[in-house]
This record gives sequence, C-alpha cells and structure tokens, in this order.
Amino acid sequence: MNRVQRARGINQIMTGVFYLIAVFFFTLLIGFASYVIIKGFTGATPEMFAFARKGSIGNQLFNTIYLVFISLLFSIPLGVTAGIYLAMYAKKGFLTKFLRICIETLSSLPSIVVGLFGYLVFLVFFGLGKSLLAGALSVSILAIPVITTTTEDAINGLPGHYLQASLGLGATRWQSIYHVLIPACIPRIMTGVILAAGRGFGEAAALLYTTGSGTDLRWNNWNLTSPPTCPLNIFRPAETLSLQIWGGLQINGQDPNLANLSAAILMILVLLFSIGEMH
Amino acid sequence: MYCVFRENSEQQYISLIKGENMKKQNMFTKEYAWRGLMTAGGLLVIAITICIGAFLIYKGSGTFTIFGHSIFEFLGSTDWNPEDNAQGGGTVGALIFIVGSLCTCGLALLIATPFAVGSAIFMIEIAPKFGEKFYRPIVEIFAGIPSVVYGWVGLTVLIPAIKKVFHLQVGHSVLAAGIVLALMIFPTISNVAADSIHSVPKDYRMAAYGLGSTRWQSIYKVVIPAAGSGILSGIILGLARAFGEALAVAMVIGQTTALPKGLFSTTKSLTTEIAAQMGNATEGGEMKTALWTMALLLFLLSLLFILLIHYFSRPKKDKE
Repeated sequence: MNRVQRARGINQIMTGVFYLIAVFFFTLLIGFASYVIIKGFTGATPEMFAFARKGSIGNQLFNTIYLVFISLLFSIPLGVTAGIYLAMYAKKGFLTKFLRICIETLSSLPSIVVGLFGYLVFLVFFGLGKSLLAGALSVSILAIPVITTTTEDAINGLPGHYLQASLGLGATRWQSIYHVLIPACIPRIMTGVILAAGRGFGEAAALLYTTGSGTDLRWNNWNLTSPPTCPLNIFRPAETLSLQIWGGLQINGQDPNLANLSAAILMILVLLFSIGEMH
Repeated sequence: MYCVFRENSEQQYISLIKGENMKKQNMFTKEYAWRGLMTAGGLLVIAITICIGAFLIYKGSGTFTIFGHSIFEFLGSTDWNPEDNAQGGGTVGALIFIVGSLCTCGLALLIATPFAVGSAIFMIEIAPKFGEKFYRPIVEIFAGIPSVVYGWVGLTVLIPAIKKVFHLQVGHSVLAAGIVLALMIFPTISNVAADSIHSVPKDYRMAAYGLGSTRWQSIYKVVIPAAGSGILSGIILGLARAFGEALAVAMVIGQTTALPKGLFSTTKSLTTEIAAQMGNATEGGEMKTALWTMALLLFLLSLLFILLIHYFSRPKKDKE
C-alpha cells in the first residue's frame, strides 16, 4: 500500500510541476508580447508615425512590407514548383534524396550566412549595390524551404481519391495537378506563404549586408527610373523595421523609444500574420 | 444517296480523329512542358544550395590556401588578430568565437530543454483540451517572433535586471545571451517535442494504465522513451537555431574578444563577430577571408545538425 501511495504522491507532485511550468511560460509569453507592445506605444510620439527621413518609422514599415512582397514574388513560384515536383513527379532515387537534403539545409542555414551569400552574389558579383532587391532575394532563399515543404505536405495530405478520380476521368497528370490538386491545396499553401512572410518581416541578419541602412524616400516621386528616392524603386537602399532596431544600437543618440515602437509594430505584424495563418 | 452520306460521315469521322489526335498531342506536349518546369524548380533549389556551399567553400578556404594558416590554428588558437589587407601575416585563431558560441548555446539548451519538454508533456498529456486550443497556438506564435525583438527586450530589460540582481558593472554576459537564446528556442523544441509525443500510439498509454501505473509513471516510463528520438530532433533543431542566431546575441553578449571566464563574463560568438566585422573589413583581406571561413564553419555545422537529426529519427529496427 505504501508503494502505491508514494506513486500517487509523486504523480500528483509531477502534475503540479507540469502545471507550474505551463503557467509560468504562458504568463511569460503573454507578458513578453504585451510588454513589447505597451512599451512601444507609451513611449511613442505622433511624429514617430510619420514618413519622415529621420526619427520616424513610416518608411521602415513600408520598406518591410514591400521587401517581403518582392521576396514572395520570387519564392512562391519557385517554392511551389519544387513542392509539386517533390510530391508528384519525383521518383525515389538519389536526386530526390539530395533535393530533400538541400531543402533541409536551406531551412536550417543561419540567416547571417544567407545574408553573406546574398552580399557576395548580388552585391559583389552582380554589382547591384545595397538594395531592396538584393535583400528581397536573400529573404526569398530563407522562404523557399518553408513554402516547398508546406506545398509538398499539402499535396501528400490530400486523400488519394482526388488524384485517382481525376486520372480515371482521363485527365493527364498535369491536368489533375492544375485543376484538382492545387485548388484543393490552396488554403494550406497559403498557410506556408503566411508563415514565410512572418519570418521575412522579422529578418534582420540576412539584410544587414544586403539592403543597407538609411532610407530616403520622397513620397511624391513615383518615377521608377529616377534617382533612388522613389518608394517603389527596388534598386534603392531600404532600411526595415528590424534593421532600425539593430541600427538604434549602433548610432548613439538615437531615441530608444523609436526602437521600442519598431519592436511593437513588428510584434503586432507577426501576431496578425500568425492569427491569419491559423484561420 | 446512302453512299454519299456514308462517305461524308467517314470523312467527318476521320477528321474528328485527326483533330482529337492533335488535341491529344497538344495535351501531351503541355504535360511534358509542365513536368519539365516543375523539375526545373526542384533543380533550381538544388542549384541554389550547391551555390551557397560552393561560394562559402571558395571564399572560406582562402584562409588556408591564400594566407597559409593551418586548420589547427583556426580551430585551436585564441590568437585573433588578422590583418585587414591582402598581404596577410596576422593570426586567425577563432577558438574564442567557437567557445563563445558553444557556451551560449549550451547554456540556452540547458535552460530551455526541461521547460520545453515539460510544456510539451503538459499540452499533450495533462491538459490536452486547453493545450490544443490555447497553449500550443501561443507557443507556435512565439516561434515566429523576430529575433531582433528578443534581443532588444533582452538588452532593455534583462541586462539591467542582471546588473541589479548580481551587482555587476555590466549586465552584458554569457548568461544574458543564454537566457535570450533559451526563450527563442523554447517554442521550437516545445513544438517538435509535442508532435512526437502526440504521435505515440494511444495503446501504449492504455497498456501502462492497464498495468496499474499512474499518469506520471506512464509518461516517464512509456511515453518519453517512445517519443525520445523526436524530442532529440527538436533539441537539435533548437540548437541549430541558437547557433545561427546573430543579432539577438550580439545585443547582449558584450562583444569583447576574450574567452568567457564564467557566466557573467562578456565574450563573442561566431555569428556576432561576423555581423560586427564584415562591414568594415576590406574585400580580399585576411580579416574578411577569416570571417568567410567562420561562415563556412557555420554552414558545415548546420549540415552536421541535419545529419544528426536524420541519424536520430531514422526508422528503428524492431527489437522483439
């Protein structure tokens, strides 16, 4: 009887321990998020929301979203095609195995290494100069594995009848993919895209040497061929929110409240996208 | 009359077949074209990865081929003083950064693993309804929070706190980096561990309960061993993420070029040194080449982590 009682006692203690851990982290994570957001907004002044050259976050916010958009333009087609290839066309063999290892390598690469690669290829070899495009291409390297794996999982996760029925009606493999499988997979592929976008928003290390810091935008200049002050020009330097937080440390005298606000806005962006991903 | 009609219909039939064949042919060309395009996408991903590896090897091997340092000097010496020009002649011992990375990541794992596995057990075994609905989504959201934000909060909250609690001159320390990294990799480990615990068949638990074990006994003796390889994969994934993190660590580690003497001493890690120095170094100089070698080392380490995950999660032979 004694042993049983002891076992029960330990069971209860351990249950308590697990509850403690869970409650601790639950409050820690919630507290962390609310702290960042509240602190960001309490220290903010109205001028910080402007699109001015210095001391505001408007341009950086625009750059962040624009950069992620451009990077998705590259990573979605490539990621989805590679995912379709893996799910539908790849035969078991060396090439497929190697492709899977490549995707895993890409997904676990330190983002600073990707940033250095981007710096070397787009800046040193192609001579792009520090630009939004170079940063977007580096971020898309980080996004490709996410999109590829979700696409492959989405297609493989569909019931087998979908493909069988389509083939049975006389459709070719591509016709079944295009008309049946992809439409059925769109929601899950979107999840992957949103996940990748969320990562892209916060990316800093990969942009450190590719997009540069400082951003000089004229909001009445919409001439794409003009010097790099047009907001839509992709060959201009573009400081993002995360780089602004990092830059706040390097340049003495920059208001820490600005970095606090950038952190809060980034946090809200990520939360919005994560909630969007779940629905 | 009949004859003509027949001829007509035959012609029609033939032309119909011809058209059908054309259509079919067209369909098959399309089929092959699209198949080619998809394959090209796959091949392009391979090409990018190989490109990254090749560039890193090409750039990083310069330390050994152009500047003539030995691998042992690079990996085993703490003497870091590369010249910032193409003549070379400095020293490239990167041991400080390697030890710095190992210390911070090891500490982060020590802190994060028990809590992460504990909360994974909580959300699957102890409170599955609450875990599935609230706890897990929140942990998942936190896997996506930008590392700069973690670093920034570490810098503005954690470092003053450490300074105050332990009465130090500076709060920047290995401990601070470890805590920030632990918070960062906690969601990663927790998610992967929860997945692998979830995939343990229900019969295992039922059998354990049937034999009269308590819930803790079934968790400790049955579920955790059964989910062991998955949990280990999660830990390695977390380690890989911690190793590659640059800016969050750079904000709190203090950036002094010396081996860490204890929890509270400042040091540097591989990633923070790259992030700090790459922008200032001259193209083609010894300094830059040595930094490339460190990037190559990071690349090789992330390959190693993947191989480890494959090794641990390979299908096991049944032990009867």
